[in-house]
Amino acid sequence: MKSKYVLMDHGSGGLATQELVQEVFLSRLANPFLCRLEDSAVLEPLKGQLAFTTDSYVVDPPFFPGGNIGSLAVHGTINDLAMQGAEPAALSLGLILEEGLPMEDLHKIATSLAEASKNAEVPIVAADTKVVPRGKADRIFINTSGVGCVPKGVKLGSDLVAGGDAVIVSGTIGDHGVTIMASREGLGLETSIKSDTAPLHKMVYELLKRFGSAIKCFRDPTRGGLATVIHEIASASQTEITLYEEAIPVRPQVQSVCDLLGLDPLYLANEGKLVAVVAGDAARNVVEAMRDDPLGMDAAIIGKVNPVNGPGRGRAILETTIGGKRMLEPLTGEPLPRIC
Amino acid sequence: MIDERYSAPYKDKKLVQAIASRLNMFQERPMRFMEVCGTHTMSIFRHGIRSILPSNVELVSGPGCPVCVTSQADIDAMIGLAGQPGVIVATFGDLLRVPGTKGSLASAKARGARVEIVYSPADALKIACANPDHDVVFLGIGFETTVPAVAAALLEARSRSIRNFFVFSSHKTMPRALHALLADPELRIDGLLCPGHVSTIIGAKAYEPLAETKNVPCVIAGFEPADILQGIYMLAKQVYEGRHGVENCYSRAVTWHGNERAIKVMERAFEPCDAVWRGLGKIDSSGLAISPTLSMHDASKHFGMWSQTTVTPDPRGCLCGEVIKGKKRPPECPLFSRACTPTSPVGPCMVSSEGSCAAYFRYSTPCRQEIAEQQIP
Repeated sequence: MKSKYVLMDHGSGGLATQELVQEVFLSRLANPFLCRLEDSAVLEPLKGQLAFTTDSYVVDPPFFPGGNIGSLAVHGTINDLAMQGAEPAALSLGLILEEGLPMEDLHKIATSLAEASKNAEVPIVAADTKVVPRGKADRIFINTSGVGCVPKGVKLGSDLVAGGDAVIVSGTIGDHGVTIMASREGLGLETSIKSDTAPLHKMVYELLKRFGSAIKCFRDPTRGGLATVIHEIASASQTEITLYEEAIPVRPQVQSVCDLLGLDPLYLANEGKLVAVVAGDAARNVVEAMRDDPLGMDAAIIGKVNPVNGPGRGRAILETTIGGKRMLEPLTGEPLPRIC
Repeated sequence: MIDERYSAPYKDKKLVQAIASRLNMFQERPMRFMEVCGTHTMSIFRHGIRSILPSNVELVSGPGCPVCVTSQADIDAMIGLAGQPGVIVATFGDLLRVPGTKGSLASAKARGARVEIVYSPADALKIACANPDHDVVFLGIGFETTVPAVAAALLEARSRSIRNFFVFSSHKTMPRALHALLADPELRIDGLLCPGHVSTIIGAKAYEPLAETKNVPCVIAGFEPADILQGIYMLAKQVYEGRHGVENCYSRAVTWHGNERAIKVMERAFEPCDAVWRGLGKIDSSGLAISPTLSMHDASKHFGMWSQTTVTPDPRGCLCGEVIKGKKRPPECPLFSRACTPTSPVGPCMVSSEGSCAAYFRYSTPCRQEIAEQQIP
């Protein structure tokens, strides 16, 4: 009889491991690279500069409205590549499973990994599974690494940001953070909010194709949220950035949960949103183009980059909904541990 | 389900600015108001309210952050509990990183102590039920706002005979502390913006003796920008007209008599005791001890711990005490943003999400220099 739970044996490298790999993963993730089951995948040369990234996923709980740790692990790494303008080519997948993880959960996560990879058209070409004794990990941890190529002529970076540029966000913020918070046991919060986890590389590709060098940089506001990313851009470019709170899209349900728990949506994680800094005169068109994509339908211009010299450089200011002004500082402390 | 429509009108820009412009009628003299509550402090910073106030109105933060006023001795006692074998400490998240004389709950947790973050005392009770072989201690800090829920948990523990549930009470009550604070001749305050949450329990009437004996205007306000501005406006109007009474501009939540049922529950589980407040020192009958009828759930008795009355000095150089009294602003502290930051806090005003040092640090310290929001161009 097949085990209903992950056992230490499944990580032994022996027969049980082979069965697990075949039944759970290869049946879903099959592609010519992975199916060879060799020690490493050998890829075709990429046409452009190589982008390479890695990220580990420890989200608690692993299942949440809008996705699970599997889809998150695919989207997160794809997005990290996309923010550099890279076209993702392949992903690796490393799993650390806790002994006793229900096999049903693993199947669900594998299905989700496979769907996310298929929909994004980025194959998982290398994988590894380890099992650790019960209590030595929390259900499942995933690492994904990704490679991609940056097409010739694409140049992005916070250092290109200059006075006169506009700041755009591709949609509502805080959805993922609030979803995870509300999914945790013991809060008893019922909300209709779901995580925004989604791959952004196709949107990035279209935007770069249409607007080229008018786009200065992309960032995905994951941990630390919008505020932290804006502060980092201001700091790296030695400019001053003003954000308009009124213009920042926040779902009313997200705002309500934040009010209730004393959280600030500007510091909550997003997993399917990007921040773009673009030349001021292109901003309206960029927003229109984002809105053509379902993942960008709530895109909005949320701020501007002020030309400064001397004091004020490297800082971010928020003009609040009531017309007040305050500094926008990066996240300090840990409002919500294990959010992704 | 939570409904945003309830709070949205109180964030309306036109409404807020209309109230702010009416404040300009009272520009003849400088006015200094204390916002007592930590949630007010955070809201004032988050919305940039100081930046839209007339220049003659100054706001100072008061002693209304529960973590900030908890004495060092109590913090040490709580951290000490976390190290004991067979003990699970259940606490609100705010306490986790508060530095004790030696370490914090977070560092105790990292070394293997069982510390569980809970969102309500009822959750701590659940942990006790689920772990009958452990003693579960809920760390009770906070004012009248949170005490009724702790009282209810204690009463339930007794009625269900959950013998492994304990509360370490460092609870405090607000009105007496305000009396003590206003007795300080060095403190120049023209009015109190009274705490909305606490007042839902104790009612507006609780401030009447204060307004009468200390001749200080008291206005109870909610937490949205329009609530706070209206509260400040009503305070300024009282000062301008030479009055000092209790007014309530948070009537959608606060009544004159308060929540009498909650007060009754509180009185069944707790009784007044003397308490040491960080910054304010020992104040008679300003704390709440667990009633003798519930002593089997009293952690201080069960574990033979210090009571609330031990005075220990603040960490060297830390001005949290002065900050809590509204005598110093956080940037005037030599440790602020140098030795003391939210990532490595020295004093509790920096670690608590409602502490005024944390608020100053998070919202108004470009280049880590003293810059009030007014100076942003």
